[in-house]
Amino acid sequence: MTEMVFGAHPVRDGEPILPRWWRTVDKWTMSCVLLLFGVGILLGLAASPPLASRNGFEAFHYVQRQAFFGGLALTAMLLTSMMSPQLVRRLGVLGFFCAFAALALLPVFGTDFGKGATRWYSLGFASVQPSEFLKPGLIIVSAWLMAAAQEINGPPGRTFSFAITCVVVGFLALQPDFGQACLVLFGWGVMYFVAGAPFTLLIAMAAFVMVAGTFAYNNSEHFARRIDGFLTPEVDPTTQLGYATGAIQEGGFFGVGVGEGSVKWSLPDAHTDFIIAVAAEEYGLILVAFIILLFMSVTVRSMLRLIRERDPFIRLAGTGLACTFGVQAIINMGVAVRLLPAKGMTLPFVSYGGSSLIAGGIAMGMLLAFTRARPQGEIGDILTRRGR
Amino acid sequence: MTRTPLRPLARILEARQKGENPDAIERENIRLRHEDMRDRARSRAEGRLLVLALFFFCAFAVVGGRMGLMAATEPAEPRAATSTSRIVAQRADIVDRQGRILATNLRTHSLYAQPPHMVDPERAARELVGIFPDLDENRLIKDFTGSRKFLWIKKKLSPEQQQLVHDIGEPGLLFGPREMRLYPNGKLAAHILGGYGFGLESVYAAEVIGTAGVEKAFDDFLRDPAEQGRPLELSIDLTVQAAVERVLYGGMRLMNAKGAAAVLMDAHSGEIVAMASLPDFDPNDRPVPLTEGDQADSPLFNRAVQGVYELGSTFKILTAAQAMELRLVNAFTEIDTNAPLVWGKYKIREWGNHNYGPRLSVMDVVVKSSNVGTANIAMMIGQKRQREFFTELGLFDPTPVELVEAPGAKPLIPKRWSEIVTITTSYGHGMSASPLHLATAYASVLNGGTRVMPTLLKRQAVTPGERVVSEEVSTIARNMLRQVVTRGTATFGEVPGYLVAGKTGTAEKPKPGGGYYNEKVITTFASVFPADDPKYVLVVTLDEPVETSGSKPRRTAGWTAVPVAAEVIRRTAPLLGLRPAIEPGAKDG
Repeated sequence: MTEMVFGAHPVRDGEPILPRWWRTVDKWTMSCVLLLFGVGILLGLAASPPLASRNGFEAFHYVQRQAFFGGLALTAMLLTSMMSPQLVRRLGVLGFFCAFAALALLPVFGTDFGKGATRWYSLGFASVQPSEFLKPGLIIVSAWLMAAAQEINGPPGRTFSFAITCVVVGFLALQPDFGQACLVLFGWGVMYFVAGAPFTLLIAMAAFVMVAGTFAYNNSEHFARRIDGFLTPEVDPTTQLGYATGAIQEGGFFGVGVGEGSVKWSLPDAHTDFIIAVAAEEYGLILVAFIILLFMSVTVRSMLRLIRERDPFIRLAGTGLACTFGVQAIINMGVAVRLLPAKGMTLPFVSYGGSSLIAGGIAMGMLLAFTRARPQGEIGDILTRRGR
Repeated sequence: MTRTPLRPLARILEARQKGENPDAIERENIRLRHEDMRDRARSRAEGRLLVLALFFFCAFAVVGGRMGLMAATEPAEPRAATSTSRIVAQRADIVDRQGRILATNLRTHSLYAQPPHMVDPERAARELVGIFPDLDENRLIKDFTGSRKFLWIKKKLSPEQQQLVHDIGEPGLLFGPREMRLYPNGKLAAHILGGYGFGLESVYAAEVIGTAGVEKAFDDFLRDPAEQGRPLELSIDLTVQAAVERVLYGGMRLMNAKGAAAVLMDAHSGEIVAMASLPDFDPNDRPVPLTEGDQADSPLFNRAVQGVYELGSTFKILTAAQAMELRLVNAFTEIDTNAPLVWGKYKIREWGNHNYGPRLSVMDVVVKSSNVGTANIAMMIGQKRQREFFTELGLFDPTPVELVEAPGAKPLIPKRWSEIVTITTSYGHGMSASPLHLATAYASVLNGGTRVMPTLLKRQAVTPGERVVSEEVSTIARNMLRQVVTRGTATFGEVPGYLVAGKTGTAEKPKPGGGYYNEKVITTFASVFPADDPKYVLVVTLDEPVETSGSKPRRTAGWTAVPVAAEVIRRTAPLLGLRPAIEPGAKDG
């Protein structure tokens, strides 16, 4: 009564944020991500000194940068994972529009750093790649539209989201950055699949991919060369792939020893696209298996958690994020072991790269926010079922 | 599927009767339908998510499995070795007809320097000069301390030298693997093999390319990876070649000649069993070509193939054989041999101003080597038919033998083939051909009369060429040559048991400005043995020989080339697997 009168003890309308977050967040997935980031720093110590010496920096320049961006990324991930799905959706949609504008303005203000593709904004001390930030945003928007389409009298969200994805893919292809374009398309594809794509359409799409692939193979020399290089059983030891294969075989089960590897000196992309080869050479199959296990845990665990999710938006967005994350890792490692044709793709959290780290942190934070344990209305279910 | 109506009439009517709002029923039905839809979507999504999770699980497992497989396989080859084979697939060996190695490869190292990595350039230069006295110390110091980032020091090192350089302990001195060509027999068959040089060079490897001889002529074959290192089989027999070279060298020294050449050819297949040219060289250390003077004096010059000489009286048997083939004469037809023969402003004389009397049989024209008699036979043949016959024998074209030098050695032929050329050519003057040309022509005429093509490659089967003279003419011609040895100009050529038949030729060397030297001759002995069953043709040519054992110097082929050829036959015939014919008289005596 005293308290009611004097208001000395303000009543909180629910659980405090941090305890609730700690209670509901998927701690296993979060640990995996933190471990991945640690592995990335470890491999950066091995893989980036050659690059630093080439560019005239001190040996661990890139490791320091990676640690700095990693700190930002982890902060972003933790903050995002504390948000409610609704807030994530709102910010995600806003972020999508910002990233899209940045992407569209790339041809005007962007720079290509002499690599032949205009993908970056140069900020002096660092560079920003808008397409990395666009990916999670697009997934949120698409999931929102698709979820809305499942409501009665909802908008035709699948068509809308498909149109938006096509526009984004078009801009990415203009850069050109076919790797990201494929990734974006893949992300939309899995969401559409989970949202209930009709089977006839899936079959038709598979057929179309085959026809388009054949067409590209016959008409694009670049594409054909890559595929041919992939299909030939022996690998030219002087190509990037050849070096990667050699490094993996060299490493064996236990590796050649910390700092003893040689592949990082031959491969220009040892710190990004072929970091797994450096891992395999210096630390052997053990570390590689551990990395694969981490990626697999994050992806599969998130999806298993999403199975129980009832909210269609959360389910779809989570699926898109988890699958994009997983498929990126699979492509990166699949290329190094020659399961897939050569395609430049970074290994999330492990490869060096500021934009991809921070964007990856945000995306992972969103996924963590979506996979948090929350009431799924089971009781209501039981009650209404009984009532019927 | 049957759709339940949103406003079922019965319930609406009932509600209206009770005075309830019938819209509530519709809303309730919409809510139920919506819930139903969401449930179905959810269960479908659950299934599909499970499929996706399984897919990702499998994909990661596949990547991991593949990674494990790759980690379990041994690295196929060290990287340095694979990058070696990028420039050269290994060059194939060259072997003789018995498979004995004539040329093979040896793995050595080249030495190069990277001055930026050097610790003590002065000491490195000093020690290098200690190991390789041919290097210049000041030059090395300048290179090592200057702005150069890379320089070659030695192209080939022996293992001992490599160890010594290694012991300097200078990190800026580096070794690159080098495959070099090795000719284990040294000078043997040097002109046939030719030599090699380095083409494209990199730190990891260098291209080995042929620069002369069969190495160059078969460069593509030897380097073709599709042949998988199949050796090049030559027709040369190593032991015979060695014997020929030794005897020829001794003969050249004894006869004070400045050069010598010999060709030993299979009379039926045209395979060259041995071919030598002196002076010679070591293909492992090929001398540089002469920059001035006559290339014919260089040891690199292949006298047997490239040297075109007036081969003298050796041509007489060709003239006689053609006349018999045309049935103008037979072996016993008497020919006018009144010397000198005056033709226009020219006088045709015998050797040493002899006169063999008014008439000689064709046989004796050849045996005694009468220029006048041969000239008269040639006039019976006429220039057109003579030229056709020589063309048929390949005397007007470069030999088709597989050496890069061969196409350049075109016989020297007078531009206008007048009557006097017909006359002089009949006894081997006025046109020049190589010893190999002569050997080919002799083989064609004397092997039974079928054309042979000279070759350096081992032949699997012999297919007789087109006929140039008949079997009988060939036999009679051999008989004539046999008599040259038994009672004519080549009596030193007799080798007991091997029935040598041959013809001498002595030609004065032409002066560069025109006319002929008196004292400088090219002597040739072209022979076939055994005469009753011709197996091999041997041509021996000596350049400027002089035999000084007598009271005055003798320069004729009978005194110089013939004894050398006889010794060659005596030494090589057993190696060639010929059995000496035991003469009936020998048993008794």
